[in-house]
Amino acid sequence: MPLDPAFIGRSYPPSQPYDVSREKIREFAEAIGATSPAYLDAEAAKALGHRDVIAPPTFAIVVSMKTNETVMFDPELQLDYSRVVHGDQNFTHHRPITAGDQLVCVAHVDAITSRMGNDMVTVRTEITTVDGEPVTTAKSMLVVRGEDA
Amino acid sequence: MTYEVGTELPALSVRLKRSDLVRYAGASLDFNPIHWNEKTAEDVGLPDVIAHGMLTMAVASRIVAEWIGDPGAIVEYGCRFGRPVVVPNDDEGALVEVTAKVTKAFDDGTVKVNINAAFDGKSVLTGAFARVRVS
Repeated sequence: MPLDPAFIGRSYPPSQPYDVSREKIREFAEAIGATSPAYLDAEAAKALGHRDVIAPPTFAIVVSMKTNETVMFDPELQLDYSRVVHGDQNFTHHRPITAGDQLVCVAHVDAITSRMGNDMVTVRTEITTVDGEPVTTAKSMLVVRGEDA
Repeated sequence: MTYEVGTELPALSVRLKRSDLVRYAGASLDFNPIHWNEKTAEDVGLPDVIAHGMLTMAVASRIVAEWIGDPGAIVEYGCRFGRPVVVPNDDEGALVEVTAKVTKAFDDGTVKVNINAAFDGKSVLTGAFARVRVS
């Protein structure tokens, strides 16, 4: 069943704050084989002008995961998660995610389109500090494969 | 260091093994079994376990981060997930070869870097690019 285009423009309530820790950044950086000192060493990060260690550019996916799941598992949207494939991903960093940040995510459904029996859903998550400072805009396009596709 | 259009970044080769996928699953909290369980992968029509698209994207970001020195200069990073990286259950894993080139300079002090990540001779990320602050 095609997704309801009435969901375009829908926004979801803000997430609980996510506390960014040095340890989680290190764990993520090591899992991707990254060796940049700015991820791993607070003094090196400070020498580059950062307040503390910063996160790799795709770390925002961890911060926004719960919020994206809220959209994907929204019972009203009726999205069949077993048919979902990640189509594309974009991160715009207004500033780097930094250890010590407390981040809040707000998800918006920007687009729903259908092509060749597949539905495409674009979810934009605005990540800000608890004080409202913009940090990252994460856009995910999910493909929901059709029954016959 | 030069940021002129046409500059090629030092290439990067990364071998992804099953243990890397499990480790990324833990770090990213993405526990989808198609990234560690071949039965599940085969049940959904995949040839074998595949790497998380987000892992391939993260690994490819290293070419820019290691070149620029301060990864905080990466102001935008995007890609489409074109093909899966199939990771067999052996000691070799899958070899992902990353290359990148400066393709455009903008008036706001950023440059566009186009990134290619290849596995098995084919591009796996489509249209991957980073916009990087250089001045």
